[in-house]
Amino acid sequence: MTTSISETFATLKSENRMAFMPFITAGDPDLATTVDVLKELSRQGVDLIEVGFPYSDPIADGPVIQESYTRALNNGFHVHDLFEALKELSADESVDLPALVGMVSYAIIFRYGAERFLKEAADAGFSGLIVPDLPGDEAGEFVELTKAAQLDLVQLVSPLTPEDRTKRIVQSASGFIYCIAVAGTTGVRDELPAELTAHLESLRSLTDLPLAVGFGISKPEHVDTLRGKADGFIIGSAIVKQFAAFSDPDQTREDVIASIGKYAGEMAAATKG
Amino acid sequence: MTTSLSNVPDASGRFGEFGRRFVPETLMHALEELTQEYEKAKQDPSFQAELDDLLKHYVGRPNPLYFAERLTEHCGGGKIYFKREDLNHTGAHKINNTMGQALLTMRMGKKRVIAETGAGQHGVASAVACARFGLECIVYMGEEDIRRQKLNVFNMKMMGAEVRGVSSGSKTLRDAVNEAMRDWMSSVETTHYIIGSVIGPHPFPMMVRDFQSVIGKEAREQCLAQTGKLPDQVIACVGGGSNSAGMFYPFIDDEGVKLTGVEAGGRGPEPGEHASTLSYGAKGVLHGSFGYVLQDDDGQTMDVHSISAGLDYPGVGPEHSYWKDSGRVNYTAITDDEALEGFQTMARLEGIIPAIESSHAIAYAVKAARQASPDETIVVCLSGRGDKDVNEVARLLGRDI
Repeated sequence: MTTSISETFATLKSENRMAFMPFITAGDPDLATTVDVLKELSRQGVDLIEVGFPYSDPIADGPVIQESYTRALNNGFHVHDLFEALKELSADESVDLPALVGMVSYAIIFRYGAERFLKEAADAGFSGLIVPDLPGDEAGEFVELTKAAQLDLVQLVSPLTPEDRTKRIVQSASGFIYCIAVAGTTGVRDELPAELTAHLESLRSLTDLPLAVGFGISKPEHVDTLRGKADGFIIGSAIVKQFAAFSDPDQTREDVIASIGKYAGEMAAATKG
Repeated sequence: MTTSLSNVPDASGRFGEFGRRFVPETLMHALEELTQEYEKAKQDPSFQAELDDLLKHYVGRPNPLYFAERLTEHCGGGKIYFKREDLNHTGAHKINNTMGQALLTMRMGKKRVIAETGAGQHGVASAVACARFGLECIVYMGEEDIRRQKLNVFNMKMMGAEVRGVSSGSKTLRDAVNEAMRDWMSSVETTHYIIGSVIGPHPFPMMVRDFQSVIGKEAREQCLAQTGKLPDQVIACVGGGSNSAGMFYPFIDDEGVKLTGVEAGGRGPEPGEHASTLSYGAKGVLHGSFGYVLQDDDGQTMDVHSISAGLDYPGVGPEHSYWKDSGRVNYTAITDDEALEGFQTMARLEGIIPAIESSHAIAYAVKAARQASPDETIVVCLSGRGDKDVNEVARLLGRDI
């Protein structure tokens, strides 16, 4: 049984805790490993998992995630195979899988066929989607299709998004608002910008949806900065860069998965303060 | 009521179903700002006057419409004329657009410019415009293209531009576009991205078409003055599609003028062997807009091939996609070998070394002229000169320089 995004955030709110949402690339280095990593992340008590669909021409992602996409595509990643693998995993009662959120380019959704994509995504156990290259203005018809498929469509708001635009975007969003911490691409950064607090306060005044912060977050100290201001945070590059170790002959697959799990466990602990 | 084909895009950047803005939210505000600034500039007579002055005294416009007598005799049919964009400063049409966008960069108060380039002509034209106005210039270029286009890389550096090699993916134009978009994501408040073709999110396809339309406007007037009538056919090569969009647009409402876009047919029609997006592609999203693309069934961009670095691109401008579906423009493909043949024929018969991109249009024009009667006029956009290509052509012909 898949947990919905809103149920997850509601539970965490009642526990006065932020959501930790790690990002992984599906199919890096192969789908069997993706399934094992998802199981490990579930064991570590992460609250939601963002599953990135590898795309040949990502423009919102930095080099770490792009290289991960390239590894997956070179290994023959296909969308349908991911859906099949996740369907099996979702049905596995021994795994307490948290809500899955897909991160997928509209290029993939359009070519796959939007309705077919949404149906297969829902059947595979996804609770929602983030479509980074489908900004609020372009999302109109797709918002209706995601609703019909009973999936949330998470929208992104950047520090450069003006207030009148933000108001329009939050109206068509569901699940949570993806707050981009820094203007730029994904990637690890030492410090979060000082303006982020004001940005989150402004967003809070415009929507009741949970606010999850992504881009640049990697350390427990970053989480402390966000406490009380955001409802959750997303970590991508800091986790995805560990996937390069799967091709390191000096490390076993189990060791790499354990290392990813250890990092995720530490960040999950950090949410408890 | 019928809508004129020239009356696009609408306010949201739609050419029929094509175009629009498929970009991360971080770029949306900058695109809205750019759209507003461009609309204001268009209404401002001083902007157009400054651009016209630069085009006349710096770029060297109007360039000639040249009757190719020997090539016409060789074909034995329609009369072939060339619109001589190769005679512009920098030797290609790309300068028309970079001068316009550099003026806009300054209007927006930005000091840093990024650009992407395949064959290097847009990179050179961007470096020239930035040198002329004292703007910082970063050019992204695939490492495979850097290998193929050493002369242009050297020229860009001489003019103060920084050339950043892109080693991801196929190391060609498409990867350079990805990298330039990424730079723009993190620098959008201080930087303008001078996109070099009629691709990308709104307002770029419209804006680049407008700046390049000087080609077709001049050709139309010159043709009327020199032949007393509009041309029967207009031919231009299509990669992303900027020289052809600029050439075709002023003729779009002239129903009697046949328009043909010539794509890179590469080694043949098999996937990965060509860059003929409109001939073999399907509808999809790439680099911020919706149009025809070369993708697999999962939406992943396919590898493409062309003898020409400037045509080696798996997408095409949304307005070309619109023209294709409306049936107004005919799109066809010319192979690497045919383009090489066109290159040599042009050099031998007309004493002009054409860009290998333009050689695709020349090769098709030779075929079209043979089918046409002597009273028919064929105007071809000679989009650039071939100095940059001679090393690659010599290599392919097995000759030493």
